[in-house]
Amino acid sequence: MPPETSRRLRLRFSKEGKIRFTSHRDVARMWERALRRSGLPVAYSQGFVPHPLVSFGLALPTGCESHGEYLDLRLDPAGPSETPVADLPSALSALLPEGIEVQVAAFVDEAEGSLQQEVASCDWELEVLGVPGEELAERVETVLAASTLTIRRERKGRPTDDDIRPAILALSTAGPLGRLRAELATHPRSVRPGDLTMALGTDAVPGRAWRTHQWIERDGARFEPLPLGGPETGNGATQDARRDPPHVRDGTQPDPGGPPPGGATLGGCGER
Amino acid sequence: METLWPRVELLLHKVAKPARYIGGEQGAQYPVHGPDKVAWLLLYPDTYEIGLPNQGLQILYEILNERADAVAERAYAPWVDMEATMRAAGLPLFSVEQHLPAAAFDVLAFNLSAELVYTNVVNLIDLAGLPVHAADRSAEDALVVAGGHCAFNPEPLADFVDAFVMGDGEEVVGELNAAMAAWRAAAPAGARERDALLRALAEVEGVYVPALYVPEYAEGRLVAIRPRDDRVPPEVTKRTVRDLADWPYPRRPLVPLTEVVHDRLNVEVFRGCTRGCRFCQAGMITRPVRERPAAQVREMVQRGLEWSGQDEVALTSLSSADFSGIEDTVRDIVDDPDHGGRVSVSLPSLRVDAFTVGTAAEIQKVRRTGLTFAPEGGTWRMRTVINKLITEEDLYGAVDAAFSQGWRRVKLYFLIGLPTERDEDVLGIAELGARCAEIGRKYHKSVTVVASVGGFVPKAHTPFQWYGMDTAAELERKVALLRAEARRARGLTIRWHEPSASVAEGLASRGDRRMGAVIERVWRAGGTFQEWSERFDLSLWEDALAAEGLSLDEVCHRDRDEHEALPWDHISAGLHRDFLWGDWQDALASVAVEDCRWTPCYDCGACTEFGLEHVVASPVPPAGGSQGTGQDLTEGHRIPVQLVSRAT
Repeated sequence: MPPETSRRLRLRFSKEGKIRFTSHRDVARMWERALRRSGLPVAYSQGFVPHPLVSFGLALPTGCESHGEYLDLRLDPAGPSETPVADLPSALSALLPEGIEVQVAAFVDEAEGSLQQEVASCDWELEVLGVPGEELAERVETVLAASTLTIRRERKGRPTDDDIRPAILALSTAGPLGRLRAELATHPRSVRPGDLTMALGTDAVPGRAWRTHQWIERDGARFEPLPLGGPETGNGATQDARRDPPHVRDGTQPDPGGPPPGGATLGGCGER
Repeated sequence: METLWPRVELLLHKVAKPARYIGGEQGAQYPVHGPDKVAWLLLYPDTYEIGLPNQGLQILYEILNERADAVAERAYAPWVDMEATMRAAGLPLFSVEQHLPAAAFDVLAFNLSAELVYTNVVNLIDLAGLPVHAADRSAEDALVVAGGHCAFNPEPLADFVDAFVMGDGEEVVGELNAAMAAWRAAAPAGARERDALLRALAEVEGVYVPALYVPEYAEGRLVAIRPRDDRVPPEVTKRTVRDLADWPYPRRPLVPLTEVVHDRLNVEVFRGCTRGCRFCQAGMITRPVRERPAAQVREMVQRGLEWSGQDEVALTSLSSADFSGIEDTVRDIVDDPDHGGRVSVSLPSLRVDAFTVGTAAEIQKVRRTGLTFAPEGGTWRMRTVINKLITEEDLYGAVDAAFSQGWRRVKLYFLIGLPTERDEDVLGIAELGARCAEIGRKYHKSVTVVASVGGFVPKAHTPFQWYGMDTAAELERKVALLRAEARRARGLTIRWHEPSASVAEGLASRGDRRMGAVIERVWRAGGTFQEWSERFDLSLWEDALAAEGLSLDEVCHRDRDEHEALPWDHISAGLHRDFLWGDWQDALASVAVEDCRWTPCYDCGACTEFGLEHVVASPVPPAGGSQGTGQDLTEGHRIPVQLVSRAT
């Protein structure tokens, strides 16, 4: 449980539907406008050009959807302190565009590292087009059996060869035909669903993809920056170090508002 | 009609910046279409990020959607990658709100803010699935209309557009809608006649239907444009909204989900300008000055910021520093505790002279963006010719104020290729720029002064409409001359607009109806997005001109005499031809005229022809500078127009 005095507020939100085609920067701007409208006493930097102290987690590739995006913001200690945290998700969702829903808000320990540093891996659910459904399981086996998997991708405008195998922590077929579930590491360099699809063969085309969870790893335990049910009483976040939350283990039950159960083969994710 | 979204989203992972095609802006409307409603597709013929902030389009969007008998959605030009993808997939142009195909709309209405987009206009008509030539379209096809500043020479687009709307659109758009609705009500689908619709539209004041006018040529030159018969007027005159206070639009400005050129709240503080800069088409065709009451400006800013959550407000007009009480207005916005003192104000089109140190300081409290001034001419003589009466003291005073208030970057706009221009006028730009940088170094170790130079294109309905513009080669020579001179000045950077693009702009803005075939050829050769330097190609234009037996010299570089027929003679912005000619002669004689807001009237026609008057809050000119109290109020006295003074 964060100290009473914490002014560091963490928000978890989803990004789904048409709005998936906006960029990480676009989402940051939506948040800045929504926060200004909300009247939340967000703290500003002291510099020459004061800017709101909001820090966003890992960038979500343009075109991907998510049930677990995060941002941290610092509230102004001089601002009105009676912020009703429980009301924030609905209040902020109303100010954000359709497709972005705030799920949880909670204060977190000021001493914790930034989201970008702390998040070690993400769970993804992704559609793969162009590969017959039956064949996909074989491709998955091939990927898992490989010791290295080099793909060519663009970094800072230059083509770079990267071995992405070490970053594929888990990979399996999931529920509907043509769909995979993967856990991909974020360090040293993030592997995106599009990269993974590329590794499945030249005929594989990225379909829709959902980031379902982000994971922080500490002392051998794994937990979400903010679980969907909100931080639990007592030891808060660390108590929630469940390896697989029930709604994910049970492949037939997508998250509330989660990926459609199948069939959809629409606008892809992370290809660019 | 069904939404195309399921097909559109399949394409979006293949294209750059897919967010331009998803709509979803705050303020976007999702109207229910129906047989009793005229459906408008409002089009900006350039990319989403340039078109979305356009205020004219946003105003009409709201006005139409407020009507019970109209619905309006929007579309923008898909970038070349998206267009190729759409054509390959057989997808037509679609609206961004409900992703309805263009065929679901009764009217395609184009905003014409720049001439180099004309090939995009043709392309969008084609992408909508319509025959590009107006003459080939049937009563079942959508009507294509266009308005905006460029419509004041409609002839280059006359082959493609059914009706042009001249002047302010707020009132006329409803009249057009009514004419359209009446035509549809008069006969069932299949039994309607397009000609009847065109006739009905031509009866609406301010609407020009090119099919009802015939150009006449003699020896390869236009001699007249005459009405087909006496049922249409020989001259179409623009519409003018009498009082902006009646039109506090947009009420719910669109807030985009993705980056656009101006991510800020825009509030129009006045329309029209009577500074009388002779190169400025906007200043000539939007007269008279109509100020929005300061209280309404404050209210629109307040409501707009609450609505949008943006942190920047632009007070827009052709010369915002001339707004009566601008300093109080800016101060009220910046000091408003509701915004936590974190809202910045920008005043596009600052006047160098009227911009006082006080106003600069108010804006700077929040954010130190660069400041831009537009002296336009490099020497006092040049500025007298163009009637941009900024003295060197004005400029240096303004720049000194800017640097002393903490700015380190100043941008100066200039034109080259102006009438009577000599090399010393071009070199004067470097001298002014160098001096400004020197002033900056009094306050800061390092400063940047950027002199941005554009090639002058003489526009319709201005005193310079008779002037033959410089060739691209001559503009290039002048740019080289200026750059060589500027190299010796510390802290001065020269930026310039591609001279050949100015020439193409000249073709598109000065041509007569024969230019349509040229535009069509450029379009067919793949020449879309010609206002984008990476896409612009003068050779496309030269080839097209040659194929049509026209020449750059004939259209652009040739001076016209007083009696030559001009392609836009049958269109009136209210300005008397003898006023414009007299002003052109004054320019050649380096005679300047003063702002008629605060001096007696020159009878340009914009007020007197319509029984209109300037609407300003204060009949007293702004303090300071050569265009402020420096005016000699005894000059000019033909027809005194009484100012309407409005209590604030």
